[in-house]
Amino acid sequence: MVNTGPAPKWPSPVQPSTQHTTYPAQILTSSSNLGFPISIVRKPYNDLVPSILFDPQTKMRPILMKGHERPLTFLKYNRDGDLLFSCAKDHTPTVWFADNGERLGTYRGHNGAVWCCDVSMVIIWFNVNGDSTLLITGSADQSAKLWDVQTGKQLFTFNFDSPARAVDFSVGDKLAVITTDPFMGLTSAIHVKRIAADPDDQIADSVLVLKGPQGRINRAVWGPLNKTIISAGEDAVIRIWDTETGKLLQENEKEVGHKKTITSLAKSTDCSHFLTGSLDKSAKLWDSRTLTLIKTYVTERPVNAVAMSPLLNHVVLGGGQDASAVTTTDHRAGKFEAKFYDKVLQEEIGGVKGHFGPINALAFNPDGKSFSSGGEDGYVRLHHFDPDYFKIPSI
Amino acid sequence: MADIMSMTFDDKRTESLHSLILPPGEDFGIKSDDEDLHDDERLESDAGFESIIVVDNLPVVPWKKFDKLEAVVRRKFCRFGVIKENGLWMPVEEDTGKTRGYCFIEYNTPQEAELAKENTNGRNLGKEHILAVKMFDEIDKLMNVPDKWDPPETKPYTPLTQENLHHWLADEKGRDQFVIRSGSDTEVMWNDARQLKADPVHKRPFGTESFVQWSPLGSYLATVHRQGAAVWGGASGFNQLMRYVHPQVKLIDFSPGEKYLVTCSSQEPSNPRDTHRVVLNIFDVRTGKVMKEFKESADEFAFGDTCGFTGVSWPIFRWGGGKEDKYFARLGKNAISMYETEKFKLIDEKSIEVDNVMDFCWSPTDSIFALFVPELGGGNQPARVSLFQIPSKVELRKKILFSVSDCKMYWQSNGEYLAVKVERYTKTKTNTYTGFELFRIKERDIPIEAFELDNKNDKVISFAWEPKGDRFAVIHGDNPRPDVSFYSVKGGKVLKLTTLKQKQANALFWSPSGHFIILAGLKGFNGQFEFYNVDELQTIAITEHFMATDVEWDPTGRYVATSVTSGHEMENGFNIWSCNGKLLYRVPKDHFFQFSWRPRPPSLLSPEKEEEILKNLKKYSKKYEIEDQDISVLLSEQECEKRKQLKEGWERWVNEWKRDHEEQMLRDREASDVEEAEQVEELVDVTEEILPDVCIF
Repeated sequence: MVNTGPAPKWPSPVQPSTQHTTYPAQILTSSSNLGFPISIVRKPYNDLVPSILFDPQTKMRPILMKGHERPLTFLKYNRDGDLLFSCAKDHTPTVWFADNGERLGTYRGHNGAVWCCDVSMVIIWFNVNGDSTLLITGSADQSAKLWDVQTGKQLFTFNFDSPARAVDFSVGDKLAVITTDPFMGLTSAIHVKRIAADPDDQIADSVLVLKGPQGRINRAVWGPLNKTIISAGEDAVIRIWDTETGKLLQENEKEVGHKKTITSLAKSTDCSHFLTGSLDKSAKLWDSRTLTLIKTYVTERPVNAVAMSPLLNHVVLGGGQDASAVTTTDHRAGKFEAKFYDKVLQEEIGGVKGHFGPINALAFNPDGKSFSSGGEDGYVRLHHFDPDYFKIPSI
Repeated sequence: MADIMSMTFDDKRTESLHSLILPPGEDFGIKSDDEDLHDDERLESDAGFESIIVVDNLPVVPWKKFDKLEAVVRRKFCRFGVIKENGLWMPVEEDTGKTRGYCFIEYNTPQEAELAKENTNGRNLGKEHILAVKMFDEIDKLMNVPDKWDPPETKPYTPLTQENLHHWLADEKGRDQFVIRSGSDTEVMWNDARQLKADPVHKRPFGTESFVQWSPLGSYLATVHRQGAAVWGGASGFNQLMRYVHPQVKLIDFSPGEKYLVTCSSQEPSNPRDTHRVVLNIFDVRTGKVMKEFKESADEFAFGDTCGFTGVSWPIFRWGGGKEDKYFARLGKNAISMYETEKFKLIDEKSIEVDNVMDFCWSPTDSIFALFVPELGGGNQPARVSLFQIPSKVELRKKILFSVSDCKMYWQSNGEYLAVKVERYTKTKTNTYTGFELFRIKERDIPIEAFELDNKNDKVISFAWEPKGDRFAVIHGDNPRPDVSFYSVKGGKVLKLTTLKQKQANALFWSPSGHFIILAGLKGFNGQFEFYNVDELQTIAITEHFMATDVEWDPTGRYVATSVTSGHEMENGFNIWSCNGKLLYRVPKDHFFQFSWRPRPPSLLSPEKEEEILKNLKKYSKKYEIEDQDISVLLSEQECEKRKQLKEGWERWVNEWKRDHEEQMLRDREASDVEEAEQVEELVDVTEEILPDVCIF
């Protein structure tokens, strides 16, 4: 948030739900009302985690944020890195202070699971409260909504005939890409919408509609200079589309590509490369212009979420065994760890344990000094790195 | 120990049979190179007479008695299966009306015919007629027997192979090999612990149809196929050395000196009332010749402890007399059938009769075996454990035991001691407690010593002798976390060394060279391992291989492999540890079925030489330490180099991308500048006209 003028008071955007009347989110210290055995909550590490990542004795503990009642689906930081937006299957995207995990408010209005969100980078327009930014969310209620981040006001609703999934603002926030799922005979599609400078001028028409991929498109993001859209999904193929003409420019080579559904996609800060995670238990790093495979990271579990550090050459992979098989085995068997890999060497550096369900969402703070993970267990875990983390030798 | 091992092996085998994925097609994607076999099969089916038998030496009777004879024959032969309608045909001489003294009987299936033949051939019918029963298909062959006997030609001896079967032992780096089976692949690898990786030697897709097995001295790798078993080995990769034809073979077993291979198959009975038919072949490994064949119903094998498939305890034949493969024996009803391998006949042409014998167990080194007879007649006849010497069949020692519920025998690997775990009833007979009887085989008169655990009511979970040593370890207790005790039997007395309380362990794995032991918590304990030094009575390391199902020491006792086999859904693969509990490397493999180290033959060094080496270990080990160091320096250099290259490659890529990106941006900007310029011009044109009106702007 850019704080210009007097420090804004944070009005509660909507009435807090009755279940969460304690407004500052529950932080680890108040673990008594978590409803889970403290031993699990308090013991996020074991001997296998290199102490350079986290030292449970002396160093930072993770902040445990309980605000969602259903599994997390997506996490997103704003550009300044002071706000964290979380989406879950429980219809209400939530915004938190990225520093201490305090819950700021929720965005009420969706009537289905919220799959994805994005927050605009620049101040788009001025309203009575001063400057503000936009939040876009894609939901299973067959709509994508634009929100005023600060007030929680619903600004606009894009309605579709099938559930909306991925959303992403272009660089400059003039355009947004929204994907819709295959539904009732409709195929999946990628819609490009123009985002008006003033929400009152916003129209629902699509600038461009792209069709072709089979199955869900789990992620679609803007390529370098907004010239392309990169999409990936259930058919395990990564596609690059021309945003001018709507033509399919490239598909990734079959031999080196993923073998199963691609679940997640994360761009590097400069957009030069991106990382995809797949249920085939691997993550792959691609050149975002030529779509050549640069690196592959192999894990032992299906990958549900990926993130890249903006600061160091690290990638984080999250996942775990299928949610349906979780209860049948020991919690250690699930491997619900966020795994850190060296981006260049493709070697595992360490892991952060804690979730007791698969990790569905990962996001790095733009400053690279903290990251958060969201799990099938309904928790968001906010990890601030210890000073030692930054001393990990890269070679 | 042996029991545990064989049981886990069985588990593995059944699991792997269920979860085996085979490629489509009749031949599972592998062309059979066995043409003779195919020809044989086709010929058999062409004839179509395989369910007909010929019964000869029947009495010759006049026409009057024809019906009576037919009834007798029918009654005698319908016991073995269903005779087809009009399937019994007894020809008569046309002029006299007398029978010709033979008949043909057709059954529904060849198996029934075979059974009938085996059970009636050579048996009496009445007093003076000894039946001669043959398969119809054999008649041709019997007719063509030449009248004159030609002595067979002596063929010059051609060795099985020119290959050096012990080539792997001459590895420069002194590494050991192992075989793994995952998915449909069978792979043999070097354990290259210095380089912290497994170095592939040989890989075969679809190498076997159920499992693979090393021969006890490591010379051969045996695979199981539909047509039979095969062995592989040699210096130049793994070539097929010999095939053993045995259709539908299910189980195989080598003799300890790997001279003989026992193969076993079991046929589903055609008639559900019947039991399974079991076919056993004993092959000479080197020549591939069948030395002896057994065809019996499965009932004949179902004695003693039954485990394995279709009620047959495997191995059926237990080999005795150490590595010379002199004797093999089989447990029968009220008898032990003892064969010698010179002529493959029963010793003294008869079995050793022991009423109600339950179990027997060979000494690993001598031709001595121990047998156990349970209590009978409600305790009137006590149980006993006896030691017998072969081939003299002399009873060396006997121990009478009272109120016994069960006994288990454990030989020490040098055959010096025999420990018998005795489960006895308490006075009320409601419960049992455990005691041990210790036989000192090598001492005069074989003294026996009885001893009990500190708490004799403790359940014994596992028992294991130190290989070649005088110590043994016991896991005992009824708690979820049992205790582990170590005992020494040196100097003629059982001495407790220590008890470790509350351990997460349910299996014991001694290092093959002794001194070290792994207390393993498999299955229920999720794969906890404690490496323990028994000399110092000290824990070396406590580690975990989550969900581990199997543990195996390499034959030298330098490394340990722990594996998760496909009985478990997740985590499949294996870990290699050093003997002090340090994880060296891990290999994840989906659908992992089997891990097994290649055994080594016994050392050729004399005991004196070994002692001398042990004494001057420092001198000898120096050379290897230097080698180790060199390699680790080399490795780290290579690693550094690799990393540097990767890093440079990455930076190069990033810079290139940046340059391209900037060029692109520049081009875009120029393009838009041109556009803008044009637009501005247009605008300028327009504004010129509008200006006078709109001056507010």
